[in-house]
Amino acid sequence: MKLLLRYMGHCKAAITAAIVIKLIATMTELLLPYILEYIIDDIVPMGSLSLVLLWGILMFLSAFLCRYFSVMANRKAIDNAHKISYRVRQDLFTKTINLSGSQFDCFGLPSLISRMTSDSYNIQTAVQQLQSLCVRAPIILAGGVIMTMIMDFTLSLVLLVMLPVLICIVFFVSSRGIPLYQTVQNSLDTVVRIMRENISGIRVIKSLSKGTWEKKRFAAANETLTRDDMKASMVMAVPGPLMQTFLNIGLTVVVILGAWRVNAGYIRSGVILAFLTYFNMITMGVMGLNRIFMTLSKATASANRIDAVLQTESSQHILPCSEALSPSGPEFIRFEHVNFNYGKNDAHSDGFAGEEREMALQDISFAVNRGESLGIIGPTGCGKTTIINLLLRFYDASEGGVFIDGKDVRAYDKDELHSKFGVVLQNDIIFQDTLYENIDFGRGLPGCAVSNAVKHAMAAEYVDSLEDGLSYQASIKGANLSGGQKQRLLISRALAGSPEILILDDSSSALDYKTDAAMRREILGNYPDTTLIMVAQRISSLMGLTHILVMDNGKCIGYGSHSHLLKHCPAYRQIYEAQMGAVL
Amino acid sequence: MPGYGNQGGAKQRPKNTKGALIRTIGYLMKCQWIILLLLLCTFASNIGNLMGPGFAGKAITAASAGSGRVQMDLVLHYAKLMLIVYIGSNAMSFLVTVGMMRVGRQIARTMRKDVFGKLMSLPVGYFDRNQAGDIISRISYDIDVICTCISTDVVQILTSSVTVIGSFIMMCIISVPLVLCMAFTIPVSILFTQYMSRKTRPMYAKRSAAYGVMNGFVEEMISGQKTILAYAHEDYVCSQFDHINLRAATAYKNADVLGMTLGPTIGMISNIGLAAIGMGGAALYLYNLVTLGQISSFILYSRKFSGPINEIANITNEIFSALAASERIFQLLDEPEEVKDLYDAAVLNDCKGDVKAREVDFGYLPGKTILHNLNLEARPGQTIAIVGPTGAGKTTIINLLMRFYDVDSGAVYVDGRDCRTYTMDSLRHSYSMVLQDTWVFCGTIFDNIAYGKEGATMDEVVAAAKAAHIHSYIMKLPQGYNTVIQEDGGNISKGQKQLLTIARAMLYDTHMLILDEATSNVDTNTEQQVQKAMRSLMKGKTCFVIAHRLSTIQNADKILVVDHGDVVEQGTHDELMVQKGFYYKLYASQFE
Repeated sequence: MKLLLRYMGHCKAAITAAIVIKLIATMTELLLPYILEYIIDDIVPMGSLSLVLLWGILMFLSAFLCRYFSVMANRKAIDNAHKISYRVRQDLFTKTINLSGSQFDCFGLPSLISRMTSDSYNIQTAVQQLQSLCVRAPIILAGGVIMTMIMDFTLSLVLLVMLPVLICIVFFVSSRGIPLYQTVQNSLDTVVRIMRENISGIRVIKSLSKGTWEKKRFAAANETLTRDDMKASMVMAVPGPLMQTFLNIGLTVVVILGAWRVNAGYIRSGVILAFLTYFNMITMGVMGLNRIFMTLSKATASANRIDAVLQTESSQHILPCSEALSPSGPEFIRFEHVNFNYGKNDAHSDGFAGEEREMALQDISFAVNRGESLGIIGPTGCGKTTIINLLLRFYDASEGGVFIDGKDVRAYDKDELHSKFGVVLQNDIIFQDTLYENIDFGRGLPGCAVSNAVKHAMAAEYVDSLEDGLSYQASIKGANLSGGQKQRLLISRALAGSPEILILDDSSSALDYKTDAAMRREILGNYPDTTLIMVAQRISSLMGLTHILVMDNGKCIGYGSHSHLLKHCPAYRQIYEAQMGAVL
Repeated sequence: MPGYGNQGGAKQRPKNTKGALIRTIGYLMKCQWIILLLLLCTFASNIGNLMGPGFAGKAITAASAGSGRVQMDLVLHYAKLMLIVYIGSNAMSFLVTVGMMRVGRQIARTMRKDVFGKLMSLPVGYFDRNQAGDIISRISYDIDVICTCISTDVVQILTSSVTVIGSFIMMCIISVPLVLCMAFTIPVSILFTQYMSRKTRPMYAKRSAAYGVMNGFVEEMISGQKTILAYAHEDYVCSQFDHINLRAATAYKNADVLGMTLGPTIGMISNIGLAAIGMGGAALYLYNLVTLGQISSFILYSRKFSGPINEIANITNEIFSALAASERIFQLLDEPEEVKDLYDAAVLNDCKGDVKAREVDFGYLPGKTILHNLNLEARPGQTIAIVGPTGAGKTTIINLLMRFYDVDSGAVYVDGRDCRTYTMDSLRHSYSMVLQDTWVFCGTIFDNIAYGKEGATMDEVVAAAKAAHIHSYIMKLPQGYNTVIQEDGGNISKGQKQLLTIARAMLYDTHMLILDEATSNVDTNTEQQVQKAMRSLMKGKTCFVIAHRLSTIQNADKILVVDHGDVVEQGTHDELMVQKGFYYKLYASQFE
């Protein structure tokens, strides 16, 4: 609700204009019947055809004017609605893209997507409807009430008693409606989620012939959505007929009371007849108000969901230098006694909610100089990616400090920090675009930087073999590229900006050893000033690096060079022997 | 991104609005009895609404005798009747509103079900070509538009038509010449509506498509949020979204600005009709063809006549936009489905696991052959490894085995029969598969592992998890096997997901097994242990293994070396090492 008002406030002038024009249009529209009545009642009996013609032309004129103003008002209203929904979506998108890791997890991807789409449509519809509804209904209502009060105050008391009751009904029902509609939108989230899961997992589902099972799973969510939607709409269907009934009871009371007053000689019976007409007007007005509130309560539910995202305060402020920690060493990248656990504040997420999660990182320390390299190895789920997440400040460390270039990462401007990096994430994404655009990624890099990156990532060979070369169109999530081609494309993206820090999180797993080795050589040879951080399962990928961090269960169990670790870290030696076993 | 620019336009098919309308009505017809009943209710409620004022009028007549002579008992009698009629009519209209609302929601549910069912029967390639967001938009936007239209607009049209027809009859009864005065408005309105619908329908179609594109973009970008952040790319993406958002907003505006002229114009036409009645009436009166009383009551009815017509005109654009939306739904429902089973297709039971490929050619796009003359033979129980540089066509072979795609020429035989002569379900049932791209869904860990085998017991699941070496990790989670994991939660690493899918395959016991880089993200220690379990799993089964770590496939019965879609070498590890060919080079590169 607040959100609606806030955004409508931005176009206050335009909305006022739309309403005023609508007002004029409504006035001209109401004028027409009066002219007609005047013609019939007063002009026709005079028998003057020319006067009839004159008034008739006047009617034509007001019919044209009415259309002119209505169209104008509608256009203005649509224009406002489209501007507002455009702004809401733009702000929401910007906010969503900038959410921190934990905040993002908190809402969940499917819900964020449906907030962007379905909820924003609801707001758009409401803004448009409200502008025309808000004019007619109050005018008719006020007009009706005033006319009845002028005609006979005592009889209109019946109305005055009734109106507060009606308004209470509207308020009560529409406030009940908001949470109901919120439930509907949440059920829609579930439906969207299941669809997404099925689209992304279609191969698995087909291979296990789980189509029927998935249909059942979808049917259940579909059923819930339908039920919630019906429940909300059911509640919303009540006030209309209920209020009409109240008004009709009022009308009956007016007739009886009126008859009694006629009998007592206070009024003439014509007054009751006129009352009937105005009661009709009032009924229409009240129904209009009802629609306003019903529209509002649906829109408010959606607005609240959008606002929940928009109001998420950035949990990651840029720390002023005074609060930021300072490193105790000069190295380029430093981790000092870092502890971390996920999901501290994910009260909303139903993932691992409620329970205390295990520490993802415990007392991790390391230091890497500029131009050096660090390899991280360890069993699945031991916290390798978490280190990358902290370095990029997707999450903040629970304890300890993360430093880059002698400065706490929390003291960097987000873009300044990220511009130091070239990153390939574990589940990185290829966008539906040309290969060139996927590598350049909107940075406007010189063409030679892109082509060099392609060469160094060992992607040149396959890119050249494609008909369109770098203009080849990658399909959704890179579905028309093989796993290894995707990885090399991603690495090209990371290299193209000649980053200060290059992060490769398990990003050569789909490459054969030959390509992998050649690529490593290229990277180390061509980017001597770049600090490389590499997560991998293959020791052969890491053994040439300056430092290697061996992890297990969030803890560091070995740190040093390859030869050092071979001597001093039994776990490392074991992996080494297992992988190289074939030749040793 | 240029890709988004013309996507919406390019995908437009020739539209068939009439078809869409008829098929939407087809959905309505599923509830024909309810709708018929509601129609009767609408009729009754309208009659009630017309009778109410009649009784009120009679009550007033009874009261009109003047002071002291009012027959109060008669007034009370009519008041009572009035109340009964009104309450009855309101109850009816409540029934109609709720009934239509339910019909609308039910149709939406059926449509969602049909769309989802259709998705399940579409070939895998469809999902590679269409953005998930665009597909989802059909459920989250298009169906909603249709549902709203059915729930509210149909009632409105029904109610209005009753009134319109009723008052038109009354008007004819009162004075035919007067009817002739305003008769021109009817064809004009109809022609204008037709003209507008031709003009606006494509705009509404564009609007639905623009929303689809926007949803696709949102879906893609929000899925890649971390990458975007990591490249400090937020502003660029936001400015891209700005274009797409603007395009969607403009499409919305264009459609509605045009559509919204219809209502006022029809309103104007009927107002002109009113003026014509006034003037014509006056003229007729002067020639003594009608009385003043006739004109008055004629006007009363003509207002009852034109009011609903205006209301219908005002919702016409909603109907157009619902039609455009339903076109998108039916367009999806008309997508060519996965190949149907042959009518005499055999059910592959107790598959022995004898797989042959003979002279197979295949390409994803016509004219671009990826596999050339592929020959392959796997006897029951053999392990076939497929190796080769990335992009050589290894995963394509798997796609053909699973019949995600069908061969262009040649054939794949399972147990001596062309695999296309088996039912799709039974063929796929005969394989278990662990893919490089792991997939888990939002559900408990138990559900995720038991996914392939309905009715699996906890013991079986635990055994599979133990074999896949993920049991101890699961036990560390707060709710153990009942912990809910999320596809995109990021709380579970890629390696753990892979172990989960391995456990899933272990539980799903079949005679043929496909492992496509099944352990690429698993650490070596775990991998070795898993391999042990896998070997026991693979025993006696026909296995197809794709792996880069050649050490994992040394024991394979046959190794196929694929390069550029051709099998360049095949044989056992030892044979290939002796040949000192492509395989030897690949192998040696591991130790560079």
